[in-house]
This record gives sequence, C-alpha cells and structure tokens, in this order.
Amino acid sequence: MVKYIAKRLLLLIPTLFGVITLVFFMIALSPGDPARVMLGERANAEQIEELRQELGLDKPLIQQYGLYLKRVVQLDLGKSIATGQRITDEIKVRFPATIELAIWAMIFATIVGIILGVTSARKRNSWVDYTTMGGALVGVSMPVFWLALVLIMIFSVRLDLLPTGGRMNVRYYFEPITNYYVLDGLIILFKTGDSKFIISALQHLVLPTIALGTIPLAIIARTTRSSILEVLHQDYIKTARSAGIREKRVIYRYTLKNALLPIITVIGLQFGLLLSGAILTETIFAWPGIGKWIYVSIGARDYPAVQGGIIFISTFFVLINLVVDILYSVINPKVRLQ
Amino acid sequence: MANKDVNVKNSIKIETVLKEPGPWSESWYNLKKNKGAMTGLFIIVIFILMALFAPFISPHDPEAQTIAMRKSPPLTEGYLLGTDDLGRDMLSRLIYGSRISMIIGVVSVGISLVFGLLIGVISSYYGGWIDKFIMRIIDIMLAFPYILLTIVIVAILGPSLTNAMIAIGISQIPKYARVVRASVLAEKESDYVLAERSLGTSDLELMFRTILPNCLSATIVQATLGVGEAILSSAGLSFLGLGAQPPTPEWGLMIASSKEFITNAWWIVTLPGIAILLAVLGFNLLGDGIRDILDPRMRE
Repeated sequence: MVKYIAKRLLLLIPTLFGVITLVFFMIALSPGDPARVMLGERANAEQIEELRQELGLDKPLIQQYGLYLKRVVQLDLGKSIATGQRITDEIKVRFPATIELAIWAMIFATIVGIILGVTSARKRNSWVDYTTMGGALVGVSMPVFWLALVLIMIFSVRLDLLPTGGRMNVRYYFEPITNYYVLDGLIILFKTGDSKFIISALQHLVLPTIALGTIPLAIIARTTRSSILEVLHQDYIKTARSAGIREKRVIYRYTLKNALLPIITVIGLQFGLLLSGAILTETIFAWPGIGKWIYVSIGARDYPAVQGGIIFISTFFVLINLVVDILYSVINPKVRLQ
Repeated sequence: MANKDVNVKNSIKIETVLKEPGPWSESWYNLKKNKGAMTGLFIIVIFILMALFAPFISPHDPEAQTIAMRKSPPLTEGYLLGTDDLGRDMLSRLIYGSRISMIIGVVSVGISLVFGLLIGVISSYYGGWIDKFIMRIIDIMLAFPYILLTIVIVAILGPSLTNAMIAIGISQIPKYARVVRASVLAEKESDYVLAERSLGTSDLELMFRTILPNCLSATIVQATLGVGEAILSSAGLSFLGLGAQPPTPEWGLMIASSKEFITNAWWIVTLPGIAILLAVLGFNLLGDGIRDILDPRMRE
C-alpha cells in the first residue's frame, strides 16, 4: 500500500512539471505584449520598456521559463498585475469561498443523488424510476448558467426568498475569521449568540449550491442506479434474498456496500470538476472565489494571475484525483495487487 | 397448395436475410427497439432540419429589429415566441441558433475525433516509448480541468465562435485518444490482425484499414455524447463573452445578453435555455442508446 502511494506520488512530479511548462508557454506565446496591454493605449515606448524589464519580459523566453520554474518550485507564483498583490495571497483569500461552495454542492449532490439512485434501482422500470432517470438526463443536458439564472428569476426576483448573489448580506458588519463564512457564522453564534451571520451565509449558499450541484447530482444518481442493479444480479444477493432477509436490508446492508466503488469514484471526479465548473456559477452569483477571479484576470490580461490560478487549480485537481485513486485501492484490494 | 409454396419460399428468404445481417443493420435493428435512442434521434433530426431550412421556415429575419415590438411576450400576433429586448423575433433567432449549434457540435467533435483517432491508433499500435511519451502528454492535458483548458485556449486565441470550436475540439482530444488507444490495444494481437500482418500488409494499412474499423464502437458513443457536450461548452463560452459575438443568434449568447431582463421578460432568458437543453438531450439520449446496444452486458 505504501509502495503504491509512493509510486503514484512520484508520478505526480512529471505531470505537474508538464502542467507548469504548458501553462507558461501557452501564456507566453499568446499574441499581444502584456506590458502594452497593462499600461493601455497612452503609454509611451519608454514606460513599456521599463515594465517589460521589471516583469523580466526582455530576457530570452527560455531564461524566463527557467526563472518562472524556479520561483514556482519555491511556491512563489509572482505578483498580480492588476492589484500588485502576491498571487499566493490572492488565492488564499479566494480559495475558501470556492471550497465552501464546492463542499456544499457536493454534499447536496451526494445525499440526494444516492437516495434517488437507490430508489430508482429498487423500483426499476416503475414510473418512479422513469421520472428520476428522465430528470437525471435533463440534469446533465442543462446549461448550468441557464439553470442559475432561472433559479434567480424564480426564487430571488419573483418570490423574493433568497439573495441574488454574494456571500453575506452587505449591510451586516461582518469580519471574516476563517473565510469559510458558515464556519465563521457558527463561531460568532457561539461567541455572541448572534445568529444573523450564519443565517445570511446559509441563505446565500442555497441557489449557488443547487446550480453547481445539479450536474454531479444527476451523474451520481445514474451511477448509483446502474451500480446497484449490477450488484443485485450477484449470487450472494440471491442467497440473502432466499434466506428471507427483508428487501430494504438487502439493499442498504449488502448491495449498497458493494456498489459503492464506482459511486465513490464518480463523487471524487465530480468534486475535482466542480472547482473549474465553478467559473460560471461564481460569475453569475458574484461569488468571490477562484473561478471568478481567473475569469476576471483573463479579461484584464493579468497573465501572472491567470498562470498562477490555473497552476493552482490543476494541482488541486490532480491531487483530488490521486486521493480518489488511493481511496479506491483501499476499498478494492484488486487494484493494489496489480 | 401453390400459395403455401410461396409462403415457404418467402419464409426461407426472410430467414436467410435475418441470419446474416451486416454489423450495421444488426445495430440499427437493435437501436430501433431502443425507445430512448429513437426519441433522441427524432429530436436531432428536427434540429438538423431546422438548421438546414432556417431561411425558409423562419417567419422573420433573425437580426431585423422592430423597436416598436420590443419585449413582446410569446403569442403576440406575428411573433409566436415573442421578441427580445431589441424587438428581434425569438422564434427566428432560435431557428438560426440551431444552425450555429449543429455546426459547433460537428466541427469541434470533428477536430477531437481526427486527432484523437490518429494519436490513439499510433500510440497503441507502436507501443514502447512512443506510447509512453504520448500518454504522458495526454495525462498532462487531463490534469487541466476541461472547462478551464477551453477557457484558457480561447483567451489566448481571442474570443470568437471559430476559436471556441477549436478550443473545445482540442481540449477533448485526450478523451478520444484514450478510448481509441484502449480499443486498439485490445484488437492489435487478434488473429485476423496477425494474419494480415503475415501477408505483408503495411503498418499504415494495418492501423487504419484492418484494426481501426473494429475499434469504432466506443468512439461512436463518445462522439455522439461529445456533440451534446460541445454544444453545452460553446454556450457556456459564449455566455462568458468568449465565444460567439453579438448579434449572432447563438443560444448561449442570447441568454447572456438577456440577463438584465429576467425581472420583466422571462421568455428572453428561458427559451434559448430550453433550446440548448433539448438539443443536448437529443444527443445524450442517442449516445446512451447506442452504448446500451453495443454493450453486450446491457442486452437482455
């Protein structure tokens, strides 16, 4: 087991190296001079040249690449052109927002998805099954940004129940402690007994959670259903049934446990995808996370920010996939032994 | 008596026809029994017909603005689905939009298909260091979350519909390459391949004429589902301002430019979304159906 994990970790190094290299050259070779873009139309040649020197753009490309690689290895992603802040600090502020949303979306998708999938499998070929699976198919066919707008249209504009965007009621005097607003709200609730922060944080989470969680929910429901149906064909389930064990117990105790492997894999993969899928959701709900930040940085031609953001997200994505693989091999010894 | 003879003859004929169906007609026969796949195919055909005959069936010019009729709700006289914020006919824009989405789907899947097939076949046929090298690059590409990769490529190439198609096509190549590689790997040591090889057939012919046709089933599923995915992605890109540019009647762009009107004109934002949903649903239904009939485990 240790050997397997070590091998996988070692394989991570060339992949991440490739990611950094690809990102660097994609951005460096893209048309347009970042210095000119940053300074705008009115800058003169001297100012541009000065900035080029400051950014190291006057050096040969391969030397720039070497310097960049050296800094990234030291976990230094450079400074944002737009704000002058260090990229790592920019990420530190925004990452909790993205993670908080992703976790809630995943909890929502997993719980509802598994329940729907199990119900569908238990009552297969009934109208419950057809409706659920039809709904799941619609779920994966839907544009997320459109769903988000429709949700805003119904719940914020028409019914005036939930906020249209942001993470916290702007009128509250709120100072983040951990930047995970639900956690912060809880801390404040315990410290001062003031519940308005936690309530506001949760209210702001509802619509983005549904919008971001719908696709993973549909995929989890479909995987759960097919995985359970496959296990139900196995002999030991027939044995359990013929032993007179109640159907509910057969499903939850014996079937679900053995059907979990593909479900866990899908959950892990979807979680990784959520981080980038959040670009659309975060943009629509004015959610100050990494996705929205990368999108804004692209528009502002803030190249160091774009590079840093992509390297960060990709690293995180690769790590999550690794954790999923390791988890998979823990549950399923067959993989480890190969 | 004579009548009976004819019947016997006919039944023999039918039997021989049924006994040796080609691989395609057998698949088609199975597919016809799959309700989901047929529904999907029906939806797709409708969208393709709309795309082909857009100028003939659209009641209005999709870019003609009738300011006096701005934001008319559906069922307004002459405007079945209403008009948008500039007084353009929604129905006509949706019909022309199907043209754009179908082209996006075919072109971007075409790009990923061509390169994916080439890379997958070469990688797995030659094996060794070529395979290792190519698979490393594929791994690196897969390390980028798909949507992010697309957005970055478009950001570099510059926002336009063509570049969006290219970006979607490129970022999906790894998926196809992997699928093809896996199926070629399973085939390349088969007896018929070895027999062909012993006859002195060239590598190129072996790869693309002998092996490839037997590896297509998984790729066909992937490509069908891929068209739907491409339509979704390009709508997302256009929504972010990185794809089609106004006044193109692209569905995602139509949603984006109607954002401000969700308070008073629901149809401007709702209808293009439903169009995307239906088109993607069609390809998903067909793709799932094809997968079911090609996967022996799913056959009863």
